Amino acid sequence: MTALLEVKDLKVRVEDNEILHGLTLTVNPGEVHAIMGPNGSGKSTLSHVIAGKPGYEVTDGQILFRGEDLLEMEPDERAAKGVFLAFQYPVEIPGVTTWNFLHTALNAQRKARGESQLSSPEFLKKVRAVAKSLNIPQDMLKRGVNVGFSGGEKKRNEILQMALFEPAVCILDEMDSGLDIDALRVAADGVNALRSPERAMVVITHYQRLLNYIVPDFVHVMSKGRVVKSGGKDLALELEASGYAQFEDAA
Amino acid sequence: MNLALAKNETGRALSDSFAVARDRLPGTGKVAEARSAAFDAYDRVGLPHRRIEDWKYTDLRALMREVLPLAPAPDAAALKQAAAAVKLQAIKGARRLVLVDGVFAPKLSELDGLEKGLAIRTLREVLEAGDAALQTQLFTPDTANPMVALNSAMMTDGVVIEIADGVVLKQPLQVIHVATGATPAAMFTRSLLRLGKDAGVTLVESYIAADGAKSYQAHDSLIVSIGDNSRLDHVRLVEDAREAVNISSAVLTLGAHAHFNTFGMTSGAAVSRYQATIAFAGEHSRVETNGVNLLNGRQHADTTLFMDHAVPHCASREVFRAVADDRAHSVFQGRIIVRPDAQKTDAKMMTRALLLSDEAEADNKPELEIFADDVTCGHGATTGALDESLLFYLRARGLSEKEAQALLIQAFVGEAIESIVNDDLRELAIAAAQRWLEARS
Ligand SMILES: Nc1ncnc2c1ncn2[C@@H]1O[C@H](COP(=O)(O)OP(=O)(O)OP(=O)(O)O)[C@@H](O)[C@H]1O
Ligand SMILES: [Mg+2]
Repeated sequence: MTALLEVKDLKVRVEDNEILHGLTLTVNPGEVHAIMGPNGSGKSTLSHVIAGKPGYEVTDGQILFRGEDLLEMEPDERAAKGVFLAFQYPVEIPGVTTWNFLHTALNAQRKARGESQLSSPEFLKKVRAVAKSLNIPQDMLKRGVNVGFSGGEKKRNEILQMALFEPAVCILDEMDSGLDIDALRVAADGVNALRSPERAMVVITHYQRLLNYIVPDFVHVMSKGRVVKSGGKDLALELEASGYAQFEDAA
Repeated sequence: MNLALAKNETGRALSDSFAVARDRLPGTGKVAEARSAAFDAYDRVGLPHRRIEDWKYTDLRALMREVLPLAPAPDAAALKQAAAAVKLQAIKGARRLVLVDGVFAPKLSELDGLEKGLAIRTLREVLEAGDAALQTQLFTPDTANPMVALNSAMMTDGVVIEIADGVVLKQPLQVIHVATGATPAAMFTRSLLRLGKDAGVTLVESYIAADGAKSYQAHDSLIVSIGDNSRLDHVRLVEDAREAVNISSAVLTLGAHAHFNTFGMTSGAAVSRYQATIAFAGEHSRVETNGVNLLNGRQHADTTLFMDHAVPHCASREVFRAVADDRAHSVFQGRIIVRPDAQKTDAKMMTRALLLSDEAEADNKPELEIFADDVTCGHGATTGALDESLLFYLRARGLSEKEAQALLIQAFVGEAIESIVNDDLRELAIAAAQRWLEARS
């Protein structure tokens, strides 16, 4: 079986600083991986490099998606192939309605995959159903992308996109930050609804609580640009009890 | 020395073409005299160049080089081509008035069933047989501006619209300028809109090229008087051929409690200049001007506005958005004068430029001259590139680089386009922006 996502000995620099110092992670279809680790350990950097954000220099290692070299692809190609990143800090785009953005994005991905374009009514029907399942009010779709959204609403908008685009691998960068308990449960339900034998999730979080809702198959601890420990879901509980200090030396 | 030589040569060529064209220009007696005087005024300066302050960024001597000879009147083939081009600009429910190669085309225009209180004549008719007052009004624009002077000298045709007191027209009036000639030529048009008291109308002006029309020059001017308590909504779209030149001037006067809302967008023409003077003559009036430039390649587009607050209690808002790609050059000059009597003036101007390439340029020249002490005036300007983090967010969602840029450009100009009140006209402007965006991808 080919892995869905394989990060092999990845070294990444930003300007003159090496931030990832040889990171390895293998994600198979159907699996849920959690990545935990202190602030600044490189979690978001990893997610950005997987999504193709400019400004990062990969000096060594590789990232394969279904065996293909992901680093050779433009960000939009990666999206069309099924790589999705729910951003830790989703941006605001004034003047572009959420509805128009989602429609344009979905059709761009479909076009890249050689699928038919969705007409406005077809799209409306689809997006309404998804929004409803995530408790997202319709009028949020009429507003500018994330403009004036609360922190929680922005995160819910990310989950909405994930549900709409139906990607193969979902990287969720701190989707729980800023969500109240009810919103967290709804968002987690949305993520769980997308769990399938073909799809994989990489959940980046600081809090074990999220992992009560989205139960991972594997937990990895990142420190200083490396994975320093991997284990099952119990590792998260262990971390909650004892903190990261024990791993700092290992890194 | 070279410049002097150039001026003499083009000057002479033009003097000749004015002499040649003279018999084709409508009007005798006072009209002919006014034309000659205007031509002399033009001829003293010739094409404006960068050492004239007002033309610093738009050196027509370098950009245009010469004034082309007067275009021949359109033949049947030209009218047929024009008819095809006009179709693309059709707006539901508008009354269409078409000028082909600078000549009013009755067959392409809709003059039937004019509403009560609406009168439309051609400029030619009015210059040949109009009353003296109208003829005088047609020559009001200040010939100190060489391009206005040239237009006064050479104006061949146009539409003269009069709307009586108390008449509010539901149907927009759409003046379409179409160029058809494959051989380089110039057209000179002038239109007049007289809006009475308690009246209202929507005026659309479109500048387009028929298939095959390339390096022509459109010289146009518009004179508008808005009566007390009246409202004019105005949309102006320049989609001329990519090798064409468009030099247009407007002079607008507002009475008391009047309202003028205008939107202009330039996405066509190699070189264009729109110079408008807006004068408040009555108190409690309001002007909103919104402008957009969408430029790429080596396009040069200049919008020069002069807002003249001469009386108290008036408000003006200027919003301008420029998008420049490749080696394009966008110019916005906004001058606001608040005269000593114009207390309680509220005048604001905001320009934003979006540069899509390192070689693109946007010049912004605000000028506030305030002679009254109890006023609120301000201006602001920003210039920048597309936000990388927004571009990446869109690309991470599957949009190609061009698609992501297009969406952000639409958003950038959207605020100005949103100012168009009439839904059909807003759609027309959005479609024009869309054509520009599609042509670049
Ligand atoms: N553009 C950049 N320029 C310089 N340093 C950067 C840049 N981006 C990230 N870094 C540095 O890289 C390190 C890792 O940052 P990253 O955002 O990946 O951490 P993180 O694990 O996601 O942290 P958090 O838990 O706070 O979100 C930090 O020290 C950060 O300052
Ligand atoms: Mg982070």
